[in-house]
Amino acid sequence: MSYSGGHILLSSQREGQISQFPAWVMVVVPLAAILFQVYVPLFFQFLSFLEMPLLVVVYFALMRRSQISGLSVGALVGLAQDSLSKNPLGMLGIVNTLVGYFAASVGMRLDVDHPLIRLLLTFFFFLFHQFFYWLMVRALLGQQLEFGTERTLVLGLLNAVVGVSLFHFLDKLRKTT
Amino acid sequence: MESFLNRYRSITVLLLVILAQLVLVAVQVKNDQDVRMIRVWTVSAVTPVARIVEALRGGSSGLIRNYILLHDAHEENRRLQAEVDRLKLDSIYLKNEIGLADRAKALAVFQSHTPSKTVAATVIGIGAGTNSKMVFVDRGTVSGVERGMAVVTPDGIVGKVITAYPTASAVLLITDPDFAAGVVSQKGQWRGTLRGQGTPICRVDYVPFEEKVEPGEWLYTSGDDRIFPRGFPVGIVKAVHSAQPFKEVLVDPSGTTRGLEDVLILVEGVHQPIPDAPPANQPVFIGTPPPAGAVKPPDNPASGPPAAPAGTEADRLRTQYKDIGDAQGHKFGEGIPGSKPPDFNLKLPGPVGTPVAGPAAGGAPAAGAPAASAGRGQAPAVPASKSAVPPGGASHP
Repeated sequence: MSYSGGHILLSSQREGQISQFPAWVMVVVPLAAILFQVYVPLFFQFLSFLEMPLLVVVYFALMRRSQISGLSVGALVGLAQDSLSKNPLGMLGIVNTLVGYFAASVGMRLDVDHPLIRLLLTFFFFLFHQFFYWLMVRALLGQQLEFGTERTLVLGLLNAVVGVSLFHFLDKLRKTT
Repeated sequence: MESFLNRYRSITVLLLVILAQLVLVAVQVKNDQDVRMIRVWTVSAVTPVARIVEALRGGSSGLIRNYILLHDAHEENRRLQAEVDRLKLDSIYLKNEIGLADRAKALAVFQSHTPSKTVAATVIGIGAGTNSKMVFVDRGTVSGVERGMAVVTPDGIVGKVITAYPTASAVLLITDPDFAAGVVSQKGQWRGTLRGQGTPICRVDYVPFEEKVEPGEWLYTSGDDRIFPRGFPVGIVKAVHSAQPFKEVLVDPSGTTRGLEDVLILVEGVHQPIPDAPPANQPVFIGTPPPAGAVKPPDNPASGPPAAPAGTEADRLRTQYKDIGDAQGHKFGEGIPGSKPPDFNLKLPGPVGTPVAGPAAGGAPAAGAPAASAGRGQAPAVPASKSAVPPGGASHP
């Protein structure tokens, strides 16, 4: 796989190639990410920091370069996460919807095949996700959820590093045109 | 209008989706009702896969450890370190297996002794979210589980079922901030409301400041909450801070201290009295006594000594040394330092003079025998090592 290292900003939307994925990838990968978050920390608790569903949402939104597709994936994955938590349905759904929409918007402007861009975007969207979720819990549910800035930054970095590797793997599942 | 919608189609869809979810949240929060259908779909999609993965993991772990790792070890067999590493891995695996068997046995013993009707369940997943204090277990409405049922282990309460699906249930753990249960102190009989804090330590609210609360007190369920039957262990008071009008009591929950793998769901809870003594940390298995004929009789009962008196080896040594002392007119506990000690190698006729295997027969100082016994943990309950064999050996009177 070769990265376009010359520039990271796309001069026009035509430069950005829209990635296509087989239908089974769009179903199995988000399901596997949710399953990972539910099941794996039971045995490897140190992996509980990984927000795999969020990484998958960011990836599909960036690569599909479609805002509607991005927000749809985000909403579905977020609602699925809500279903497996004690939150009211929609809390993570709203957050992931916004993440999917904005990630797709950014993906239309940047060369998202560049690993550095992927690292920065994943880091940023993790922070956005955590902050917005914290905000919504306080605003909508009236709960006093603690927001640890340093911890969130560290977790964001770790998720970004894992995200770049995950994206590299998911690139292999793209349809070749 | 159409061109406007086409131009702002994405943002319009975004706003609609966000609005729909906001309405969803608002309805749930306002009515305190859940949209069960979506949750059932998701749980039904995820938990069967989790069960399959769990079954595959359990079935294949032995194959992986016993074949693949052994195969690798065989390739590196020339290096001693590899062999040591493999043995260490095996040791850890076996310890884990023993631990698992112990937990299963403890659960079974508890299940058979508790008057409440229970259903055993295995934890198959945790709730989504990095700060989740919720787990999924592999029993649902098909097994008779309903929302609101209590979840316990032999060590104490664990949480309560907040949602029951056909094949799985969601359990809110005792450490979740939304968890609450009525508790009563074993010692002071004061009452309070146990709450989770999102940390491993819980707190008890509404304990009046005039109540005498001491760290180390055991707390039990009071039964007031109509979820947990009275008399189940909750935890130990870890710290108490005076405050007005209620004390701040921190509790170390006992049910989750040894991890969560297997739990019991109380399908029909039965109230029990608060026990007088704190619960033991671990159930102790006491086996059946051996049959009377199982002890092999001596080969020549006519000439040989009769069977040794009942008791430990230290008991036998104590009796032996006391008889040796009596035979030589020696009284233990008297005599000045430097006086002549009795001859502990003296052979006495009859059963008590029978040399005990080991040091007494070899002429070595007899002090070694009880010391060795004590070292194996057999002597602490017996004062024989003090009175019969002094620590300084034979020179001590």
